[in-house]
Amino acid sequence: MTLISIIEIVVSVLLIVLAFLAINSKTLIKSVMFLSSLSMLAVIAFVLMKSPDVAITEAVIGSGLVTSLFVFTLLAVRKADKKI
Amino acid sequence: MKNFLALLLTLFLGFLIVATLGNNNFFPAYGDVDVTTRVSQKYIDRNVNGGSEEVIYGQATNLESGPANTITAIVADYRSFDTLGEVTVLFVSSLGVALLLGGAKQKRLELNFKPNFMLKVGSRALFGIILMTGVYIAIHGHLTPGGGFPGGTMIASSVLLLYLADDEFRAKLKGFKMLESAAGSAYVLIGLAGLIFGGYFLVNLLDNGVLGNLLSAGMIPIIYVLIGLKVGSEISGIIDNFLTEEGV
Amino acid sequence: MLQYAAIVLIMLGLYGLLTQRNIIKIIISLNILEIGLNLFIVSVGFVTDGLAPIFTSINNSNHLLFVDPLPQALVLTAIVIGVGTTALGLALAKKIYQKYGTFEIDEMGEE
Repeated sequence: MTLISIIEIVVSVLLIVLAFLAINSKTLIKSVMFLSSLSMLAVIAFVLMKSPDVAITEAVIGSGLVTSLFVFTLLAVRKADKKI
Repeated sequence: MKNFLALLLTLFLGFLIVATLGNNNFFPAYGDVDVTTRVSQKYIDRNVNGGSEEVIYGQATNLESGPANTITAIVADYRSFDTLGEVTVLFVSSLGVALLLGGAKQKRLELNFKPNFMLKVGSRALFGIILMTGVYIAIHGHLTPGGGFPGGTMIASSVLLLYLADDEFRAKLKGFKMLESAAGSAYVLIGLAGLIFGGYFLVNLLDNGVLGNLLSAGMIPIIYVLIGLKVGSEISGIIDNFLTEEGV
Repeated sequence: MLQYAAIVLIMLGLYGLLTQRNIIKIIISLNILEIGLNLFIVSVGFVTDGLAPIFTSINNSNHLLFVDPLPQALVLTAIVIGVGTTALGLALAKKIYQKYGTFEIDEMGEE
């Protein structure tokens, strides 16, 4: 059991646990935060599979773009709720 | 009842995928792939159409496809038509967002919390660093991992930082839209020039220099810079559409 | 091990897509499905003890053992298309909230 295979098993288990939590959580903002950390763990999995191009693309898009679009949608919804 | 049927369907799909994973020709076990029997070995050897040189870094001159990064050679030279399709998909999605959320007479979304003054001033320094990193990754796409798509998204991330840190900032949208249309049309025009002068759509017209230099690989750095500019301005437009609302 | 985690992610994403009631949760399940699919495609091309497919001054010949580069090129395109889909889906969700006042698909009522 080398170090790399221990890291592989830990990353795999964390991926499955985070995906399950993201679908079944009560509030919407918690689901979005679990999706963002799932994307970060997928970047580590891509690096373990020796593919740096895919890892850079997924890191920039998963952390910077998709999370911020979700947060902007939820922000506009909260503002519409409070106003009424 | 519906939940139970959905659970049965997903378990059946999982069983199908795992059952075909057991060692046959299409899916060998994880890690035991023999690359020399696949077509990817021809991409690595730069030998798809009969090029016959040894590929050595720093010495091989005018190969069939010039970049040192094999994935850039596949995305921007051998399968460049698929990249044209991807650019079209991004354009259509940005067009859809602008049609749904755009409109006349817009102002920034008003929220309860106002950013600090130090945040507004200090983020300008970070804006320059992120912009330079994005431009570096987009230009060196044929030598290091990355390329046009993550480089363009990093340029858009620097604009996102300015939107988040300042409450009344709005980018110059007219300039971005013209830049995006110009870069997208330039990509198609390069392809048509390849058809007229070289015989095939999107063929590489310039000389592929020595493998590993900065000025090598013909037209591929130019194509990646165009793609980076197009993706960056597109995603900045999408972010501006999400953060504005009706009003004067 | 990473291949089986990708298959479980595909199954979880598909289950969420079929049974969730909230539109934002449906878009999140679609994203989970796409992450699992990209992981699975890249894992088909992995070679044990292979190198990343870039020629550098250290790995400078084409007779070394490289990882398969073709699935990685396809996944690069697929990630960017996923972003486009998510952006359009969220814009639609925002307009749906402005018209109906809710995100649940049961309470939206008739036309």
